[in-house]
Amino acid sequence: MSDAIVTEGISKKYGNITALDGVTLSVPSGMLFGLIGPDGAGKTTLYKILSTLLLPDNGAATINGMDIRRDYRKIRASIGYMPERFSLYPDLTVSENLKFFASLYGVGIRDNFDLIAPVFSQLAKFPDRRAGALSGGMKQKLALSCALIHRPKVLLLDEPTTGVDAVSRNEFWAMLSTLREKGITILVSTSYMDEAQRCERIAMIDRGRILEVNTPGRLAAGLGRNFYNASAREMYPLLQALRTFPEVKNCYTFGATLHVVTADGFDAASTVRRLETMGLTDVKIYPATGTVEDLFIKLAENG
Amino acid sequence: MDENAVISVKDLTKRFGSFTAVDRISFEVRQGEIFGFLGANGAGKTTAIRMLCGLSRPTSGSGQVAGYDITSQPEEIKRRIGYMSQKFSLYEDLTVTENLTLFATIYGMDRKLTGPRIGEVSATLGMDGMMNTLARDIPVGWKQKLAFAATTIHRPEIVFLDEPTGGVDPLTRRKFWEIIYRASSEGMTVFVTTHYLDEAEYCNRISIMVDGHIEALDSPARLKKRYGAQTIDEVFRIVAKDARRGD
Amino acid sequence: MIRKEALHLLRDFRTLTIVLIMPLVLLLLFGFAISTEVNDIRIVAVVDRHTDETRNLLEDFRANSYFTLLGAVEYREVEPILRSGKADAAVILRYSGNELRSQIIVDAANTNTAQTATAYIENILGDRGAALPVLTRTLYNPQLNSAYNFVPGIMGMIFILICAMMTSVSIVREKESGTMDLLLVSPVRPRTIILGKLIPYFVLSCVILALMLLLSYTVLDIPLSESVFNVIWITLLYIILSLGFGLLISALVSNQVTALLVSGVLLMLPVIMLSGMIFPIENMPLPLQWLSCIIPARWYISAMRTLMIQQLPASYILTEIIILATMATAVLTLAIKKLNSEN
Repeated sequence: MSDAIVTEGISKKYGNITALDGVTLSVPSGMLFGLIGPDGAGKTTLYKILSTLLLPDNGAATINGMDIRRDYRKIRASIGYMPERFSLYPDLTVSENLKFFASLYGVGIRDNFDLIAPVFSQLAKFPDRRAGALSGGMKQKLALSCALIHRPKVLLLDEPTTGVDAVSRNEFWAMLSTLREKGITILVSTSYMDEAQRCERIAMIDRGRILEVNTPGRLAAGLGRNFYNASAREMYPLLQALRTFPEVKNCYTFGATLHVVTADGFDAASTVRRLETMGLTDVKIYPATGTVEDLFIKLAENG
Repeated sequence: MDENAVISVKDLTKRFGSFTAVDRISFEVRQGEIFGFLGANGAGKTTAIRMLCGLSRPTSGSGQVAGYDITSQPEEIKRRIGYMSQKFSLYEDLTVTENLTLFATIYGMDRKLTGPRIGEVSATLGMDGMMNTLARDIPVGWKQKLAFAATTIHRPEIVFLDEPTGGVDPLTRRKFWEIIYRASSEGMTVFVTTHYLDEAEYCNRISIMVDGHIEALDSPARLKKRYGAQTIDEVFRIVAKDARRGD
Repeated sequence: MIRKEALHLLRDFRTLTIVLIMPLVLLLLFGFAISTEVNDIRIVAVVDRHTDETRNLLEDFRANSYFTLLGAVEYREVEPILRSGKADAAVILRYSGNELRSQIIVDAANTNTAQTATAYIENILGDRGAALPVLTRTLYNPQLNSAYNFVPGIMGMIFILICAMMTSVSIVREKESGTMDLLLVSPVRPRTIILGKLIPYFVLSCVILALMLLLSYTVLDIPLSESVFNVIWITLLYIILSLGFGLLISALVSNQVTALLVSGVLLMLPVIMLSGMIFPIENMPLPLQWLSCIIPARWYISAMRTLMIQQLPASYILTEIIILATMATAVLTLAIKKLNSEN
């Protein structure tokens, strides 16, 4: 399998701030590849460089073998880019937006309609509604349709589901899977870790550096043991109490329970007793399985 | 009516022309509770919150917030609540202290109390070193906290948070939720909307709104049990699956 | 590209209406209502000895449509009458020996009216060869019709407004919303994108030009001659120059409010204050006169006055044409350079 996106030692500075610091990354063709990292990690800068909007200070990058400096015009014709913010024309209607983007790439809407059909089907009901009047989930679908209209080989999606409700996010990701099956390489960044779990491979980025690249399962497995769930009737006092214990390395909320990262030799039973003497009731502590989100927290806290 | 209820709403309805954004919703929120107000995009959440905050008059139905009537006493309500919307941001060209002082003034706080209160806020948030930094220069993670501090500078009885953590990374979100926990443990009622359904698990009770109705309302544990689901995410998908509107 | 921009324009119906109606309203306002000419000056006369000479003079005043002769009064009544505002001016005709001497007393509360009234009165007195041999003749605009002066001024202002302000705001809006990135990522060349932005505003300006000329030559009675072709092509040159300014601004600023402020303060104010549209350049202090030289509207307005009011051939305004053309080239080059260096 060849690589669709290759970057080698890309760096970019804005004045004194280093946005990217030697990013080397390969995304194999036809893969759904996730990019996760805290705000300000450099994700958007990387997207701008890959979409040829920005030139890196150092390093090289290719998309399907085309160089981002030399072949930028060819790259532009073969990628679909969806920026972080909703970037369509709110005063134009659904079909006018689509027609406009098709005309930018010199294609007709009919030409590639098979590709966008699954995405566009719900939008097709109101072609004359102005884009600004669409709901969050629908705006994302329209933006994706516009990014797909010229049948790109590589899709660059920068936090496409921010502010979109769970049902629409779920549909959006189902569409990405369909697109992947059609052989489109997808690089997607997200702040929802449940979404990261759906990628074939993820890269963790922080402060302009790639920290790790692996499958979600293997990344989470890297968390190892010493990982527990904790719950009590009084959750906030529990959090505060656990943080005072020396053998607790980290403790944070995680859904209905707390996740506790401990040092070796942590004893769950004795900790429960100790917490109960502190006046907490219904205390439970039991081993937990780590997720990408836990890894993210670990990396971000160490950083 | 529960005597501890700080929000109590009966058959609250809002129509825009022929469109019914909020359709006869009724619920109560107890003092000190973290109440999660969930719903798909376009389900009517923001409209409902605007009515509760006294920013928009209901078409029909009634409600009390902090003991005042939402139709006839919106000004009294505004004095006793904090409201932080998704778009909320601080004035970038003012320092942290200046921002907080500004909001204290806006909420009509006693001038003598403002200074000590700001000191208290900065101590609890652990941002003593940053008080004279311009808001634009503080790290992203802190901005959220600071926004919350500004919203609650006047010690409101209830704070409404409309998607406070949209687009924020997991670590920052957690830190933000710890602040919510603290506020709640101090007796403040927190009314919050979010699209991160793991966050819904942190709430004492949640409601799920679909097409202007409240379809489900209970504690996260009981909702999961009722729908036979592992997570609130699943519950949400089951409940909101048939949503017609918004999209 | 152009189609989309046109759609934007049409969608924002309110702005479009304002942009189309405003020039016409301004033109009519300045043409009729806010005219600086003085009509209906109410005068009283003080005559110490009635002769044929004085009778003829008073007859002149009575016949002149600019004056309303209220009647003859005693000299001591003049001041109370003027003070109470019953009359605007008093003409005093007095014989010293056999020679008729005249004096004019004007209520100068409104200096503009006062000056004009004085000038008119002197004119009439002078015509009769009365003691004041003042002879003022107004060239090109014998009726002192002030609408004439304002038409070029308003055109100078409107085109800067539409071209520079609207273009820069529309480009910056795309920068702000992120759609500019999407356009740049597409295979369409940046210069095509820019051209696509400019053409609709150019067309819009042409429509406005047509409307304004139509109005000027019909309602405002500005004489129509072959100079109208010169008017048109020099205006087109000026429109292109203004578009260049719009581009330059959009390359330099990154949000809509700044774009509006920059084009408003840097372009509009000088056009209104320094271009000679309202205040004559000749009366300005020297430094301001120099400053006015770098304002394109100054040259454009002066060219338009020569063409539309004096009806002179284009050869009289060669300087203006050359200056405008140079400015247009310079501004466009700078704007394109700036836009390119940004990407």
